[in-house]
Amino acid sequence: MRSATIRSAAFWTALVTFAVTNGSALAQKKYDTGATDTEIRIGHIVPYSGPASAYGVIGKTEEAYFKMVNENGGINGRKIKFVSYDDAYSPPKAVEQVRKLVESDEVLVVFNPLGTPSNSAIQKYLNSKKVPQLFVATGATKWNDPKHFPWTIGWQPSYQSEALIYAKYVMKEKPDAKIVVLYQNDDFGKDYVKGLKDGFGAKASMIVAEESYEISEPTIDSHIVKLKATGADVFISITTPKFAAQAIKKLAEIDWKPMHILSNVSISVGSVIKPAGFENAQGILSAAYAKDAADPQWQDDPGMKKFLALLDKYYPEADRLNSSVVYGYGAAQTLAKILEMCGDDLTRANIMKQAANLKDFTPDTLLPGVKINTSATDFAPIEQLQMMRFKGEKWDLFGDVISGDAGH
Amino acid sequence: MSSVDEVANEAPAVEAVPKRAMTLGYGTSLVVLALLIIGPMFVKNFIVFQMTMLLIYALAVLALNILTGGSGQFSLGQSAFYAVGAYTSAILMEHMGVNYALTLPIAGIICFGFGFLFGQPALRLSGIYLALATFALAVAMPQLLKLGFFEHWTGGVQGLVVTKPDAPFGLPISQDRWLYYFTLVVSIGIYIASVNLLKSRSGRAFMAIRDNEIAASAMGVDVALYKTLAFGVSAGITGVAGGLGAIAVQFVAPDGYTITLAISLFLGMVVGGVGWLPGSIVGSAFIIFVPNIAEHISKGLSGAVFGVLLFLVIFLVPHGARQVAIVAQQLIGKLKK
Amino acid sequence: MELFINQVLAGIATGAIYACMALAVVMIYQAIDHLNFAQGEMAMFSTFIAWQLMQWGVPYWWAFLLTLAFSFAGGIAIERMLFKPLAKAPVLTNVAGFIALFAIVNSVAGLTWDFTIKQFPTPFGSSPFLGSQLISTHQAGMIGVTVGLLILLYLFFQFTRIGLAMRAAASLPESARLVGINTSWMIALGWGMASAIGAIAGILIAPVVFLEPNMMGGVLIYGFAAAVLGGLTSPLGAVIGGFLVGVFENLAGTYIPGVGNELKLPIALALIITVLVLKPAGLFGRPIVKRV
Repeated sequence: MRSATIRSAAFWTALVTFAVTNGSALAQKKYDTGATDTEIRIGHIVPYSGPASAYGVIGKTEEAYFKMVNENGGINGRKIKFVSYDDAYSPPKAVEQVRKLVESDEVLVVFNPLGTPSNSAIQKYLNSKKVPQLFVATGATKWNDPKHFPWTIGWQPSYQSEALIYAKYVMKEKPDAKIVVLYQNDDFGKDYVKGLKDGFGAKASMIVAEESYEISEPTIDSHIVKLKATGADVFISITTPKFAAQAIKKLAEIDWKPMHILSNVSISVGSVIKPAGFENAQGILSAAYAKDAADPQWQDDPGMKKFLALLDKYYPEADRLNSSVVYGYGAAQTLAKILEMCGDDLTRANIMKQAANLKDFTPDTLLPGVKINTSATDFAPIEQLQMMRFKGEKWDLFGDVISGDAGH
Repeated sequence: MSSVDEVANEAPAVEAVPKRAMTLGYGTSLVVLALLIIGPMFVKNFIVFQMTMLLIYALAVLALNILTGGSGQFSLGQSAFYAVGAYTSAILMEHMGVNYALTLPIAGIICFGFGFLFGQPALRLSGIYLALATFALAVAMPQLLKLGFFEHWTGGVQGLVVTKPDAPFGLPISQDRWLYYFTLVVSIGIYIASVNLLKSRSGRAFMAIRDNEIAASAMGVDVALYKTLAFGVSAGITGVAGGLGAIAVQFVAPDGYTITLAISLFLGMVVGGVGWLPGSIVGSAFIIFVPNIAEHISKGLSGAVFGVLLFLVIFLVPHGARQVAIVAQQLIGKLKK
Repeated sequence: MELFINQVLAGIATGAIYACMALAVVMIYQAIDHLNFAQGEMAMFSTFIAWQLMQWGVPYWWAFLLTLAFSFAGGIAIERMLFKPLAKAPVLTNVAGFIALFAIVNSVAGLTWDFTIKQFPTPFGSSPFLGSQLISTHQAGMIGVTVGLLILLYLFFQFTRIGLAMRAAASLPESARLVGINTSWMIALGWGMASAIGAIAGILIAPVVFLEPNMMGGVLIYGFAAAVLGGLTSPLGAVIGGFLVGVFENLAGTYIPGVGNELKLPIALALIITVLVLKPAGLFGRPIVKRV
């Protein structure tokens, strides 16, 4: 009896010490479905097949990251079980797969699901089930809505906040510009255009033409020809990699040299600029929040070294020039961070609490100065970007790291 | 390239299926029905949801089967009718507060009209040309749904979230189970009606057109009327399936109704057996579960695995599940002797 | 007016892409009497082979020839292994087979070469052609190659024994067999040729649209449309169809107010269907007479 008391006293002392040294974590073990003493089950969906299968590498990178975590002892002693399914970028399939994850695989959270349509399809379900929809892989603004959807949180900067930065830049540099916009006719393009218009505010009339294209179009030449005919001197390209490269090349071919602003989605040097031709891309403007693995200036960067070491060991076949790989790494690291912060309280509520409690967190792959901050009212983790200009064979960052808070 | 006109004397695209072989025997029907009724009581909600989707896609495959297996017209555009049905239900429920059950007949009627109208120009086309025309419809539909003009109702690229109905009269079953049994009742109703339709005078007219259009018209069948009618009926049933699909998935967006869906439904029909209505549910199971199996085998090569599995199926049973059923029937017949 | 001329020129340049693909579509239709949905993917795969050879240091023209040989052999192999066993199966089952082939080729290419876009070289250069910035030398070269192919195909089908035998085998298989033509091998040969023409199309298209596993998805839709518009039995019709679709699509996108830009593909397809309703065998196709 006595020895039991002593043991329990020792336990409590340990607990208090632990609680003091590790303030954020409660030592009392609390679990929801999907977490045990030895394992944390994480659910994930991404298109591995279908038209958007290029994004499948995000899932593979994340898998590699968690493999690394597990081999290094897991998180607080628990191994990550990463269950990733293919939704083929189809909302009905996404619903099926997410329900499978939640009800059959019994995962603790659904992490980094990709695409606005798929996320819109599962948002209501996950919120009604009180399962975290953690760090969604889409830049729509609507994910930052803790009041109505307390179980959904974004990750990357929203398309609108990025567009806002460009609007500010153009108004400062070329106050009487004639602007034309080429955008992809989907959620990504439309959200962006809205951000641009909000950014220009009363001066939205500076945008003289908007052209949309469908991803099923083989080339966008006709749109470019039409936009050139307006005589505009600013060209904003809200395009995905293939079309961005086509536009860069076509502009050079038809000898049209407006101020060319390219969306962050397509800034990959390896998979956009290089195929389009370095000589055609000189002077293009964009904004970034993550480092580019192809850029020599990060050669000795400790963060990027860790990133490359991970790929060498756990995902050797990865294309290091693909920006999606960098993306997957950053997102996975953010998840690992909050799971660590959760300590032994692996309830879904605590995960959301910790996800909304990130203070100046900097994953290895983000640009210096870009920090992740969240709070109970701010569900937009990354909000900062830095403008850059393409020169030679790489992007030159310039100006300050700017916050593009879209007013949320 | 010769000046002599080409003479088409190949076999018809769709084989003649005798009327009796289009349905299941009473015994088998009852066993299947019993499984469909009792099964969902013992499984998780997720499985119930999958079974609901199984029935919904089975309905859509059945609709295509009536068109192709029944009247010999080929369509790669069923996803368009499915989308119209889905959006009709979603818009009626979310914007006008119509009860979900009432939206289904409306979706069916709208799609019937839409299909009937589309059947008019399609009359002049056959074979590959009809395939292209319907294919065009399937390609155009997501773009039409995205159009700024309709955005107020369709939600544009963002889509529309649909509220899932609760079980009525305070029945103590989950939303998923209720929706399953609701879908089951609708499906059985449509299945019985379809079987009767194909057995009726109209059904015989469909089949006469399928087997030989010119002979059918010589015998006094109003070819134009029955061909467009087949399109209308098929589109109407697909529309109901689409409406049910929207309620089950709780979301509609243009990305859900691309050409991929039309191709899936087509594969479902081939795997189930063209012209054999009960095969629809087998085909539906194929298009829902085989991609998951393929993904389980290899994530990076899921498409390839799916293709290989599909090849295996069509090599083993080129006539689909119908072939299996016929062989099984013969075996049972032998055993009885 | 300048915009009009520019859009027509840009349409011709894009039309060359469709024309090239349409030619491959017509080729397979001549051989097997239906459309092969996997044709675009096969062309994409061939293009990746050429790209891979060049990555290994093979010079352009050698890579080109090796790829043609590979595609020809590959087309025959696919027919012998996968579609000959299905010869007796219903047509729709064959179509399902094409879809399966599509899935396999696309997925294998994605795994082998990744989904990021690749630059593909052109032997013609990409400077402006005859002073017009809208048609590059590459696009002019592409039109030239397409026309050259068209003439070769015409000569082949009109004057060579094998070409005549292939036509006989496709249009009247029974009679062809009676005069001693091995119809089964004629079909295989058709697959080989269609696959090789597809490879040429892919190699010509890739410098414009960039090489990636999904590059032919959109192109194939337009290729089908062009072939059907021109008439599936006429290579000349298919090529003209390709240019018509390219030009019409651009003009619809530019001049139809409101919805023209967002709906240019549906509008182009609707026009094709209208043409088909009026002329069911396409602009240049032979009407088919049905015997009861």
